[in-house]
This record gives sequence, structure tokens and C-alpha cells, in this order.
Amino acid sequence: MSGASRTAVSRTAVERGRDTARWPVLRSVTSDAIGATALLVLLIVIALSLLAPWIAPNDPNLVRIDMAGAPPGVEYLLGGDGAGRDILSRLLIAGGFTLLGAFIAVAVSVVIGVVTGLIAGYFGRSFDIAANTASEALMALPAMIVLLALFRTLGSSMYPAMIVFGVMLSPLFFRLVRGLVIGVKNELFVDAARVSGIGDARIIGRHILIAIREPVIVQIAIAGGIAIVMQSGLEFLGLGDPRIPTWGGMLQDAFDDISVSPLSVVWPGASIGITVASLALLGNAVRDGLQRVDDRNGLAGRAGLPIIPDTARADHAPTPAPAPALEDAILAVRGLRVDYGTGARTAEVVRGVDLDVRRGEVLGLVGESGSGKSQTAFAILGLLGPGGRIAGGSILFDGRELTAVTPAERRKLLGRRIAYVPQEPLSNLDPSFRVGFQLVEPLKAVLGLSADQAERRALELLAAVGLPEPRRVFDAYPHEISGGMAQRVLIAGAIACDPELLIADEVTAALDVTTQAEILDLLRELQKERSMGVILVTHDIGVVADLCDRVAVMQDGRIVETGDVIELFARPRHPYTRMLLEPELDDSPLRESAHHGEARR
Amino acid sequence: MTPFLLRRLLSGVVLVFMVTTITFLLMYASTADVARNLLGENATADQLAAKEAQLGLDRPLYEQYLDWLGGSLTGDLGTSWFTSEPVATVLAARVPVTLSMVIGAMVVTAVASAVLGVAAAVRGGWFDRIIQVVGVVGFSLPSFWVALMLVLGFAISLRLLPATGYVPFSESPADWAATLVLPVTALVIGGVAASAQQVRGATIDVLRRDYVRTLRARGLSEASVVCRHALRNAAPAALNILSLQFIGLFGGAVVIERVFAIPGLGSLTVNSALLGDVPVLLGVVVVTVVMLVTVNVVVDGTTGWVNPKARVQ
Repeated sequence: MSGASRTAVSRTAVERGRDTARWPVLRSVTSDAIGATALLVLLIVIALSLLAPWIAPNDPNLVRIDMAGAPPGVEYLLGGDGAGRDILSRLLIAGGFTLLGAFIAVAVSVVIGVVTGLIAGYFGRSFDIAANTASEALMALPAMIVLLALFRTLGSSMYPAMIVFGVMLSPLFFRLVRGLVIGVKNELFVDAARVSGIGDARIIGRHILIAIREPVIVQIAIAGGIAIVMQSGLEFLGLGDPRIPTWGGMLQDAFDDISVSPLSVVWPGASIGITVASLALLGNAVRDGLQRVDDRNGLAGRAGLPIIPDTARADHAPTPAPAPALEDAILAVRGLRVDYGTGARTAEVVRGVDLDVRRGEVLGLVGESGSGKSQTAFAILGLLGPGGRIAGGSILFDGRELTAVTPAERRKLLGRRIAYVPQEPLSNLDPSFRVGFQLVEPLKAVLGLSADQAERRALELLAAVGLPEPRRVFDAYPHEISGGMAQRVLIAGAIACDPELLIADEVTAALDVTTQAEILDLLRELQKERSMGVILVTHDIGVVADLCDRVAVMQDGRIVETGDVIELFARPRHPYTRMLLEPELDDSPLRESAHHGEARR
Repeated sequence: MTPFLLRRLLSGVVLVFMVTTITFLLMYASTADVARNLLGENATADQLAAKEAQLGLDRPLYEQYLDWLGGSLTGDLGTSWFTSEPVATVLAARVPVTLSMVIGAMVVTAVASAVLGVAAAVRGGWFDRIIQVVGVVGFSLPSFWVALMLVLGFAISLRLLPATGYVPFSESPADWAATLVLPVTALVIGGVAASAQQVRGATIDVLRRDYVRTLRARGLSEASVVCRHALRNAAPAALNILSLQFIGLFGGAVVIERVFAIPGLGSLTVNSALLGDVPVLLGVVVVTVVMLVTVNVVVDGTTGWVNPKARVQ
């Protein structure tokens, strides 16, 4: 739940920042077929219920013995119930009472939940703690049983019960709003407002209410459905005023007379089902609308790339005739293209990349954040993120075409001949398993070692990557070790099967300066010792100078310059390369550059 | 691990205490008509006063409360105002019935929603679409209406399964199971629909994590990535949903029991509510809240076991 509301926060925040339309999501809902239908159905149900006193053909409580259990006909369009009353008239009138009951419950829970959520989220402190405790206690209560227990106290009218139920539903809104407010409160635009001296009341009114209104609407739809079902359940149990028709009460009557007119069970149930379903679908449509607004502002924007329509892709700069692969190349990439998304929303992040890595050679792949270097690495590994695909080109590994292998064949290469060291050490270890297990598991699966052998090998590897207490790390959970240790563990995992090609993606970016130096030393040592081919993806020119034999410079999804590291540093030809090298030419310390730049993904 | 569980247990005890206290105060605050309800319109003022004294209603509220609290701590929940049976005895006969239903429904919900949710997340495509549609439909249909339809279909028209009643397990396990099939089915449809969605979301979320990519890069099979790593990391979210489902199942069971004429806690609650048998109702609230708290502690414990980080917080 909290995860979902957090995403909703960033979504709305993004949307506030970029979209000036007042209700972009609701507009997106009405243009969606399912959303529009659900909204229409709901409006029809509400209209019929409101107009019921004027359009109902008969008095809903009029009993005609001769029409008991009558089939649908001219007089009673949907037939008569077990007591001889007009089902259609009762359905229409009952709609009003049922919706009114649900409305009361939702209104109470929105008022309580939103107000307390705003206060708890915005001002926090002791009120936050108290409100959280109360909300947890309310959520732990079985509403149906409590309402039954209070039946005598509340009386047979449904409305007091619905007020109490509203209180019990309020944590739904409290938790949502509190989470949203905490997220929005620290957004830049709210900070800016606060700094410029705008009062709390106006900040809440102008910024925060706007940010929470759409998620709250989704929740209202869900809560409305829950309230209708709960109220119908209570009525069905006979805890309602028998003189007031409701859908639940009609179900109760129909159930008692199920032998006389079995069909009369269907109508009230269908009315409940249709109303609740349209509420649920409407909620889903609003949620999807939020997602769409997010996608529109997010995907391409984040990568810093324009969205390229499918049609435009054809006129792409003509791919130059593929250069012949370097002699002794373990990896040869030609004309690689990667895109994300489908149709009109496709974003091309790698646009025709050529790369070669010789056996035992370290190739630096440099460029700024968003230049497509990590995506190139993932494409070689065959592990592009959701929505990503290789749109063209060839990847030859030791003579095998990787773009054409089956997943099973690829698995035989991964971990055995091609290995990967990721960017952020701590998010790349599974938090639920001990470090040792995460090393042992692939050793058993890939190399077929026994449990004992695998454990011994894993301990050796941990020692080999310079961890002083291999046993302790082996038995630790990822949250119990430091980032530097985690990076060593990941390197140990990568070299476990003596790969011929190691892809290292920004291996030092998330570490502090001292640890960076140690990890680079370790990588250099291991690379020499095992003569691996390495692709070192980095934005850090200092790292390149330190470790690489050759460099490929990447900008906007293309390689702009390739060459021997010494030569390229001495005589950069491309202006972008010169720009990347500038801080170094200014004599600043080598690894300083790690600190300006690269936004964490 | 132990301090973590003890902490959860303690907050559970506090919750039970809070809920029962509030319920007690709400219910005993308005006992003016109780004696008249019990004795009928023709009772004399003397008879009414005697009845009130017999039930202890003439004493101050706090005295009644302390009395009740002291009793319930020793397992004495008072006696029914209508049948004069001890509340604990009445509950002991009803709890196993409802619990068979709810536990059965929990097991089915857990297994079905895990399988469907993970499958929808991994397979995607048309299967995913179907699960989404089923999710909305399942959420929209009240369980008691589904129950009515099942009775109409399977019990009245097809005569495949018993329409109503309950046979204790000790009498005939086969009949016990047969009488539970329809109620449990009616109970789980909504729960499975909702939980499968949540499991799907949690699984998709985990499969996008960096460590999943790293595990794949090590050459692990897809089965191992999904069944071992994704499932275990999605489990806390799924367990959380399941403990919320348990609360919902209790509410659902109340109504379902009426449809199938099952003599469980639900029908006891409804009858006592209609009569105004306050001691029994209070007993029901105590038992339900204790069961919910137990389930929550078990779920928290399992979450802590599955997710080592949760223990530290």
C-alpha cells in the first residue's frame, strides 16, 4: 500500500511540475473506452435512483397477492417478488436508499481520513503517532461483527450504522493522504513556496490538495464499492428497516422466497454487481490515467531523449558499412540499436553502436548519464528492462550471434563465459537471502558443484576479492554489510566461473573515494590474473585513464570516437570527447569527477 | 527475532484490550430497555428492577466493566441473558465451525492467489488480461450473492452438493468437507480476485529490481529466479494482504453462514444482535479480535522470517 501511494506521489508531483491542465487524468479517463463506459453506467444508475420517485411505475410497497412470483410482464416489467410487489419499482427506489447509505459512509470516511491524513502528514509529530495507532486499530477490526454487535445501540435505521462504518473505513483515506502529503511536502515546489513565505494553509490549499485529489478519487470509487457491499450484507442479514427497500433487503426477501420466485434473487444482486463493478472500473481507469500521464512525462524525459516516431526511424543516419571485426575479438557489436516502448511512444536509446573487445583487453565505454552506455551493456547481456528490445544490429560473442540465441542458450553463456558487475552494490544483492547462498546457488546451478564444493569455492572467492573475514560475510545478510563489501561480493559472484568477458557497469559510482580506489585495484588485479576481456562502463574519465586499454566515447546513443586510451587522451578528435576530458586537462584530481554528475538511477 | 515477536504480541494484547473496552462501553451504555425486552410489556416495575439487579445492570458502569474484565481474564465471559448458558460454552460450540470455513478459505485464497498472481506477472499477455477482468468481477460481486447463486445452481438445480447445514468433522469427515465446499467457494472468490491482483503487482515490482537482473546475469534459470527469489521477496506484501483478507473473511462468513444455515459464529452474532444478547455479542467480539490478533502475529512472524530486514526495524 505504502509503495503504491509513494509512486502516486511522484506521479502527481511530476504532473504538477509539467502539466498545467487542471484535470489531465480525468480527461484521459473519459477518452478511454472502459473508463467512459463505467462512468456512463454509474451516472445512469445515479440518475435512475434519484428520479425513482417519479419514474417508478408502481408503489414499491404495494402488495398484490395475485402478482406474487409473477413472471416479467406488462404490469410488472421485471415480475413480482414473493410478496407480490413490483420488482422494478422496488429496484429503482432501493437504488436511492442504497446509494445514500454508501454515500454517508464514504463521506464520513473521506472527511475523517483526509483531514487527519493532512494533519498527520503535514505537521507530523505526536498527532501522527496517535492517528497511526488509531488507524491500525480500526483496520484490525472486523467491521461486520462490530456493526452487528452495535445493532441494538444504533437502532434499525441503516444510516447510523453507515456513519460508524465510515469511521471504520477512514484508515483507507488516512493512510493514502498521509503518504501522499509526506511525499509532496518535501518536493521542491513546496519548499520554494515555504521559503517565499507562503503560509501553511495556503500551501495545503494550493499545492497539497491539488496533488492528492486524483488518488483520493480512485480511493472513493473503491470505498464506495465496499460500502455498498457492506450495507447490502447488513440488510441481507435482516438488520434494516423493513419498510425501506434496499438492494440488500430485496436479496433477503428473495432468499426467503427462493422457492416462489427464484429469479427475483438475480435483479438486486445484478444491481449491486453492476454498480460496484462500474465504480471499480472507474477507479482502475483513473489509476491507469495517472500511469499514462506519468509515462508521457517520464520515460523519454528521463533518458533525456526526444521521442522518435516510428516513421522517423527509417530516415535515420545511414549506417556506415560495418567495419571488420578486430583480430582476436571476443566480442564484436555492429550497428546495435535498442528502443523502449511501442508505437508512437517509442524512444530509441541506442542508435547504431559498433564495439570490439579483444581477449584480455579492457575497453572503456564512456559518456554522460543517459548516453546509452548502460543500455548497450544490458543489450549485450540480453537483460534489457521491461519494454526494451534490440531493434537492430548484431552482437557476436566468440563467433556466436547473441541476438539470435534462445533464452536457454543465453543462460549457458551468462555466468559461465559472460559476467556482469552492476552499478549499485546494495540494490543488487537479494535482501532476503544470505550472501553465501547467493554465491553458492549459481555455482551449483551453472557449474554443477555439490553443496560442499560450492561453499568452499564461494569462501575462496570471497577471500580472493580481498574480504578479510570470508566466513562472516558468507553468513551475513546484505543489509549487514557495507557498500564496498557488497561490491566485492558482486565481483566475486561475477568471476566465480572464470568468465572470458566481464561487463562492469559504473562499478565505483556508488562508493566513496577510498573504496573506489580499492575496487579499481581489485578489478585490475583480477583482470590481469585471469586475462578477461572487460567492458568498463563509466562516466568517469579518471577511471578510464586508470584501467583501460582502449576507449569508446558515447553520446546520444552513438559512439562518437574510439581509440587507444593514450592516443585518445593525447589527441581527442571529437568535440564531445574534448569536453569530457576538460576537467582532467584542468589538472583537477583524477577521481574528483565522480562527484559531479551522474544522477543515480 | 524473539523481541520482535514479543513486541508484536504486546501491541496485539493492547489492541484486544482497547477494542473490547470500547465495545463494552458502547454496548452497556444503553441498557435501559433490557429488562423490559426480556420480560415483555406486562412486567411490573418490581419485576423489572429485580431482573436488572439479577443481571447486575443496576450497578455503576465501571463496576460492571471491572467485573466483566476480571471474569474474562479467567475465561469466564458471563452468561447469556436469554438462555442463561455460559458465553464461553456457547462460543466453544460455534468457533470450530466458523474457523473450519475461514481457515479453509484462507488456504485456498493463499494458494490460488499466489499461483494466479505470479502467473499473471510472469506470463503477461492475455492471461494477465483475464486475471485483471476476473479481479474486477470478483471484487464487484458480494459474496453472499455468489453464495445464493451457488445454492441455486449446485444444490437446488443440479443437486450435487448439500445446500445447507454443517456436519462436524468428528461425525463424518467426508460430509464435513462436502458441506464446506460451497460456502468456502463463495467466500474465496472475492478474496482470490483481490489478492491475486496484489500478488501480481508485488511480483512485477520485484522482477524489476536490480538484483533480479544480476541473478539472471549469473545464469540462474527463470524458474529459480521466479520461484525462489521473486516469490520470497513478494511474500511480505502478499502476507500483508492475506492478513487483511482474514478480517474480510470473518465479515463474509457471517453472511455466508446465513445463506447455508451453518451454525457458526456468524449466525450466533446475527441472532444475538437481533435479540440484544449483549454478553454473547461481547464474547463474539473478544473471540474474533483475539483470532485476528493471532493471525496478525503469525503473519508478522512469517514476514520477519521471510524478510530478514523486517526484524531489525
